[in-house]
Amino acid sequence: MKYLLLKHYRGGPTPFVDFPPLDQWEPEKVDAHIQYMQDFAARLQETGEFVDGQALAPEGTFVRYDGEGRPPVTDGPFAETKDLIAGWMVIDVESWDRALELAGELSAAPGPDGKPIYEWLEVRPFLGGPPTITE
Amino acid sequence: MNESLLRELVPAVIGVLVRRGADFASAEDAVQEALIRALDTWAEDPPRDPKAWLVTAAWRKFLDATRSEESRRGRELVVDAEPPAGPVPASDDTLRLYFLCAHPALPPSSAVALTLRAVGGLTTRQIAAAYLVPEATMAQRISRAKRRIAGLPLDQPGDLGTVLRALYLVFNEGYSGDVDLAAEAIRLARQLVALTDEPEVSGLLALMLLHHARRASRTGPGGRLVPLAEQDRSRWDTVLISEAVVILQAALARDQLGEYQAQAAIAALHADARSTAETDWVQIVEWYDELLRLTGSPVVRLNRAVAVGEADGPGAGLAALADVSASVPRHAAVSAYLHERAGDPELAAELYAEASRAASSVAERDHLTREAARVRRRPG
Repeated sequence: MKYLLLKHYRGGPTPFVDFPPLDQWEPEKVDAHIQYMQDFAARLQETGEFVDGQALAPEGTFVRYDGEGRPPVTDGPFAETKDLIAGWMVIDVESWDRALELAGELSAAPGPDGKPIYEWLEVRPFLGGPPTITE
Repeated sequence: MNESLLRELVPAVIGVLVRRGADFASAEDAVQEALIRALDTWAEDPPRDPKAWLVTAAWRKFLDATRSEESRRGRELVVDAEPPAGPVPASDDTLRLYFLCAHPALPPSSAVALTLRAVGGLTTRQIAAAYLVPEATMAQRISRAKRRIAGLPLDQPGDLGTVLRALYLVFNEGYSGDVDLAAEAIRLARQLVALTDEPEVSGLLALMLLHHARRASRTGPGGRLVPLAEQDRSRWDTVLISEAVVILQAALARDQLGEYQAQAAIAALHADARSTAETDWVQIVEWYDELLRLTGSPVVRLNRAVAVGEADGPGAGLAALADVSASVPRHAAVSAYLHERAGDPELAAELYAEASRAASSVAERDHLTREAARVRRRPG
C-alpha cells in the first residue's frame, strides 16, 4: 500500500512545539536535522519501502483557464497562505500501522535544541486500481 | 570490452546504416536495439570485431522492422539487403549526428536526450534514470524528437552553438544514479574537438575539465555543498587542470574569443590559485567584462559583482550589484555574501534566509540555510 507523507511549512494542527525557522538554529543543529532526514530516507531505501521524495519551493502561483483565446490568469504567490506544503515522501508499506510508525519516526527529527521536533506530518493513502478478485 | 568503449561505436554504426539507405530514425532505433543486445550478451561472449557485430545486428534489426512495416502496408521491400558502403568518412557521419541531434528545431531537453542516445550510445533507460523521469517519458521524448527532425537532410553543416549548448547542459546535470553525465559530456566534447577545428569547442572542453577537476571537493558529507572558498584544494585533480590549461591556451592563441573560452579562463584562474586570497581577482573581473561583452547575460553581471567584491572590496561589489536586476536567480545570495563581508551580519542573515527560500535545489537551499544560521551566530 502506498502512502504520501506530507510535510507542511504551515497548516495542520497547532504545532506541538513552536520552533523558529531552520535558518535561526545553531548551524550544527541544522546539520543534525538534515542528516536525520537523509538517514531516514536511506533506511527506507534499504528496506524497500521508499518510492519517492521531493521538496517544493515555498512560493507557488495559482493559475486558471480564462476563456477561448485568452492567456491563463494567475494569482499569487500569497505570502500568508494558511496551508503550505514543503515536500513529500511516498512510501510503499505493508499496512496503515507501518505508515503511521514511519511518519512518527520522521516527525522525531531533532529540533533547535537537539531534541525531537514533534512536527505534524500528514499521511494520505493513495487510491489504487480496483482488485481483480472481489469476492 | 567495457561499456564506454562499446558506446563509442554507436554513432559510427548509425552512420553506416544511414549510408546504406536507412532513414535516421529507423537507423537509430535499430542501433539502440542492437546495443541493448550487446550489453546483455557481450560480457559472456565478446565478439572479435565489435563494430562489425553491431553493424550486422543493427542492420538485421532494421531489415526486420522495415519488412514488418512493409508487409503491414502490403508493399514490396525497397531497401537493398547489402548495398555498398558510401564514400563518406565515418568521422563526418559522427559530426553530422551531433548537428542533427542538437538541431535548432528541437527544444533543449529533447536535443540533450537524443544526443545522449544517438551520439553517446546511452540506452533510454539510462537517460531516464539520469534525468529522474520514467523510462516511458524519456522514450516518448526521444521518439517525438526523431519525428521532429525526420526528413531534415543529414548532409549539411549544422549549428555548432546548439551542439555546445546541449553538451554544456549534459555536463551541468552532473551525477545522479548510475550514469555519470559529467563524464559523458566530457567524452562527447573530446570527440567533438577531434572532429572540428573551432576554438569554442576547445573552450567548452577546457571549461568542463576545470570544473570536473574540482568535483571531489565540491560536496561534503551527506551531499552538502562546499563553496569554492572552503574547498580542500589539495583534492583538485591537477592532471585534469594541466590538460585543460594547455587546451585553453591553444584555443585562446587563435584569437577568436567566445563565451566558453572566457568562462574557462575564469575557471583556470581559480584552479591556479592556492586560496581565494591568492586568487587573481583583478584578472577575473577583466574576463567577466569580456564575458559580459560577449553575452550581455544578467547572470554574468551577477557573478561579476562577486569578483568585483573580491578585487576591490565589498563596497565596490555592492555598487556593481546595484546594476543587476533583483529577479536574477541567486541575487539575494550574492547580496547576502557582500553584506556579510561589508560587516552587516544581520542584513546578511536576512538575505541568506531569503535566498534559501528562492533556492532551486535542496543542496543549495540547505547550504544557504546553514549560511544564515552561521552568520546569525557570529558574535557582534
